[in-house]
Amino acid sequence: MEYSDKVMDHFMNPRNVGKMDDADGVGEVGNPKCGDIMKVYIKVKDNVIYDIKFNTFGCASAIATSSMATELIKGKTIEEALELTNKAVAEALDGLPPVKMHCSVLAEEAIKAAIDDYKSKQG
Amino acid sequence: MNKIYMDNAATTALSEKALDAVITKTKEVYGNPSSMHTIGHESAHVLVDARNMVAEVLNCSPDEVYFTSGGSEADNWALKAAAAYGKAKGKTHLITTTIEHHAILHTMKELEKQGFTVTYLPVDSEGLVTAKQVEEAITDETILVSVMFANNEIGTVEPIKEIGAVCHEKKVWFHTDAVQALGHIKVDVQEMNIDMLSASGHKFNGPKGVGLLYIKKGIRIGNLIEGGAQERGKRAGTENVPGIYGMAVALKDSVEIMDEENARLTKLCGKIMDSILTLPHTRINGSRTNRLPGNVNACFEGIEGESLLMLLDAAGICGSSGSACTSGSLDPSHVLLAIGLPHEIAHGSLRLSLGRFNTEEEVDYVIKTIPGIVERLRDMSPVWEDIMEEENK
Repeated sequence: MEYSDKVMDHFMNPRNVGKMDDADGVGEVGNPKCGDIMKVYIKVKDNVIYDIKFNTFGCASAIATSSMATELIKGKTIEEALELTNKAVAEALDGLPPVKMHCSVLAEEAIKAAIDDYKSKQG
Repeated sequence: MNKIYMDNAATTALSEKALDAVITKTKEVYGNPSSMHTIGHESAHVLVDARNMVAEVLNCSPDEVYFTSGGSEADNWALKAAAAYGKAKGKTHLITTTIEHHAILHTMKELEKQGFTVTYLPVDSEGLVTAKQVEEAITDETILVSVMFANNEIGTVEPIKEIGAVCHEKKVWFHTDAVQALGHIKVDVQEMNIDMLSASGHKFNGPKGVGLLYIKKGIRIGNLIEGGAQERGKRAGTENVPGIYGMAVALKDSVEIMDEENARLTKLCGKIMDSILTLPHTRINGSRTNRLPGNVNACFEGIEGESLLMLLDAAGICGSSGSACTSGSLDPSHVLLAIGLPHEIAHGSLRLSLGRFNTEEEVDYVIKTIPGIVERLRDMSPVWEDIMEEENK
């Protein structure tokens, strides 16, 4: 099985990797038992996600989709970020092997979880 | 930089002698061994030579060696034919282990669908099964016991001779999948009480697409392919003469250098294993004593195997992993689960399998490279973060 050049690029040089101590929202999805888990941190101002970081335990496509998804929503409004689909993430990476499509769901879900967390903190 | 190939349990590069044998026989010996003319006879003689060479290594008679397309075919044949024979005698029980290759496990599952009963013996934390376990599982209904000689993932070498002895005492046939063992460690079908044995040429620096099934005289199993007198009528089809000869040459060559190679590989693998264990939250899987000389299998907590493999590949090192992502399913390796590892740890496995072309310089480079890659992946892993938090409580 081979990955696209874009997947390899985002796997080898992932964007927005790291943690945040002062995040406005944190989302964690996945399960170590299944072999992938993603944690997303967001900073929000005026309804815009102006900073985002992630940590991922998982295969190359899990890391690449995490990286691409964070890049796609950085600078977007909450509403725009919620529209992000796993399909869009996979397409932005020039496709994923069929058995790896579930990895892209993880990124979508982690971002939604971080936004939910942000909203709940806002009350 | 040259790639460092440490996936010899998946397949090996041809040895010089095997390559020369394949090329020479492909060019020079093209006749059909079944033909009644001198060109055909030449091919037939090459086959006889190959069979004699293999028989000498296995310590059996040449007419007990049946050439196949590989190990999977040999495994399928042995199990299905033994099951059919048993059924005709009213016996429908087979015994194997939970850590077999899928060529055995999937064939057993298929036999279960056909109404056979299969006992899957559990293994201990090192991957070992005992002769006593086999003895206790045998019933009046048992036709065959199949236990692998050595495990392809964790390298554990099973007590084949003792298991064979128990089978013979109970008058049950004993088959072993020796794909990882033959050409690497001592295999003697007589001394080790083996009735059937599967092997594959490309695992010991021979060509791909060729293997063998040893069937002891007196074991009456049915034909695999009808349509000709090849392989004494049991497996019809014009023989892959250069491939078969190449396999035989590779096997003979491997056995000749075995003692020296084993000492060298044991030392090199020991060096890798010791260095891995200096990293926190790592473990070596399998047995340190009953182990294939060229096998290293380790787990790194907090990281996932496929990512590890791909970063190693980018650094020029080719290995393999038992993670779900590399097994093509959602579950990690059945072997790592069978030795009792939890899913999350089994996902972080790495197998390096060394062979005759690996050097000490390569080993030193691997030892130098692994820690940085492990650290890089752990640094971005939320699982590792949890492990560290737990530890610092």
